Amino acid sequence: MNARITFAVARRVLIQLRRDRRTLAMLIVLPCVIMTLLWWMFTDRPGPGFSALAPALLALIPFIVMFLVTSVTTLRERTSGTLERLLAMPMGKGDFLLGYAIAFGVVAAIQSALAVAVSTWFLDLNVAGPVWVLMVVAVADAVLGSALGLFVSAFAQTEFQAVQFMPALVIPQILLCGLFVHRDELPGFLHGVSDVLPLSYAVDAMNAVTGSTDPAVLGDLSVIVGFALAALVLGALTLRRRTA
Amino acid sequence: MMKNGVAIDALTVVRGGNTVLDDVTLEIPAGQVTGLLGPSGCGKSTLMRTVVGVQRITSGTVTVFGEAAGSAALRSRIGYVTQAPSVYDDLTVAENLEFFASVLGVPKARVDSCLALVDLTSYADRVVARLSGGQRSRVSLAVALLGEPQLIVLDEPTVGLDPVLRQDLWQTFHRLADDGAAVFVSSHVMDEANRCDRLVLMREGRVIADDTPSALLASTGADDIESAFLDLVGGAA
Repeated sequence: MNARITFAVARRVLIQLRRDRRTLAMLIVLPCVIMTLLWWMFTDRPGPGFSALAPALLALIPFIVMFLVTSVTTLRERTSGTLERLLAMPMGKGDFLLGYAIAFGVVAAIQSALAVAVSTWFLDLNVAGPVWVLMVVAVADAVLGSALGLFVSAFAQTEFQAVQFMPALVIPQILLCGLFVHRDELPGFLHGVSDVLPLSYAVDAMNAVTGSTDPAVLGDLSVIVGFALAALVLGALTLRRRTA
Repeated sequence: MMKNGVAIDALTVVRGGNTVLDDVTLEIPAGQVTGLLGPSGCGKSTLMRTVVGVQRITSGTVTVFGEAAGSAALRSRIGYVTQAPSVYDDLTVAENLEFFASVLGVPKARVDSCLALVDLTSYADRVVARLSGGQRSRVSLAVALLGEPQLIVLDEPTVGLDPVLRQDLWQTFHRLADDGAAVFVSSHVMDEANRCDRLVLMREGRVIADDTPSALLASTGADDIESAFLDLVGGAA
């Protein structure tokens, strides 16, 4: 591992994103639009509809977006030959992975900061705990999404296949994370499954921050980070210097 | 043992049940341009990949500068250009080179000199996606030259380039060899053969000739390398 190389990768990924104006606009604007849509849906209804669902959505968006962006970007690196070139150079696999994680972590931080700002200032989302903790959880979710996306990109030959992993790996997590049915109220087996899915902990952490003035998110956060690290290690195993 | 070149010994590569390289033994000396010629699909790219150390091999050895190909110590000493230009389409020419320069840890000044070497100085700020195919492969070549490598492996670097530029590039290859590098270039265009110091002819995963261009012509009695190749194939059949 080498800090110069890691930051060179992160910087390069950010320059590429900056050049892709349309993707950048989607990354920044879309979460705000979705939060606004969610708020609008519940404006004429009594009860805490928006406030109950918004935290989960703030956890889901960075996770899904970064999963998609990373799986397609790394697949491109694999198919265009740039990955092979980099691995033939004095680059560690950790440099490559961490560089990506840093770049997408930065994007996720900006993305979440805006979505959180819009939600709290304009859409009357009450965050009882400190807003910065909300941000930290969002960034962790994004890094988790990136790490998983990077891992699955090894199993896709085309971008079509890569995006198909989204419904396969992400939608079951969305269904079981507590957004539709509280996790305690799930059938026993599904509750058990939801206990081993990282997104459940992301949503729990978000709910904790919005619901409590002194949220205990460290446990949830370490589970998310643990899953992210595990996915990065598995991802590193899929980066091969020698191929058939 | 070649301390300053490449030694390939009894190299066999089997991929998906097909024998891609069949018992190849070969030396690539420093200070020379070694050409690798043969019809497309004969295993040229695979052979080059084994030298760079990115190809899984079935048996045999590939030794570069006295070390096993692909070992970490070699990574900063080899420049490798694949057939498809391995550069980032959405970065400018200069951004591409600056990125690879910081990966290699070479000074930024090398970026300018490598751009000049492939005649792309005036395109430095152009996004790679908006370059022609030939220009793109030159960006890829410039990246390979950044680290002042002692072994330069070029897989069909002149495909799609105009004759003037091709001439320039071959001069560059010879200049690099004169400076002491081992230059290993593949081509399926036989008329480029005369530009090499040494020629390796391949067919169906085997080396069928390994000599200087003039010695090849003399031994086969052919007028040009293409006929020499056909003679050799006829003789082998």
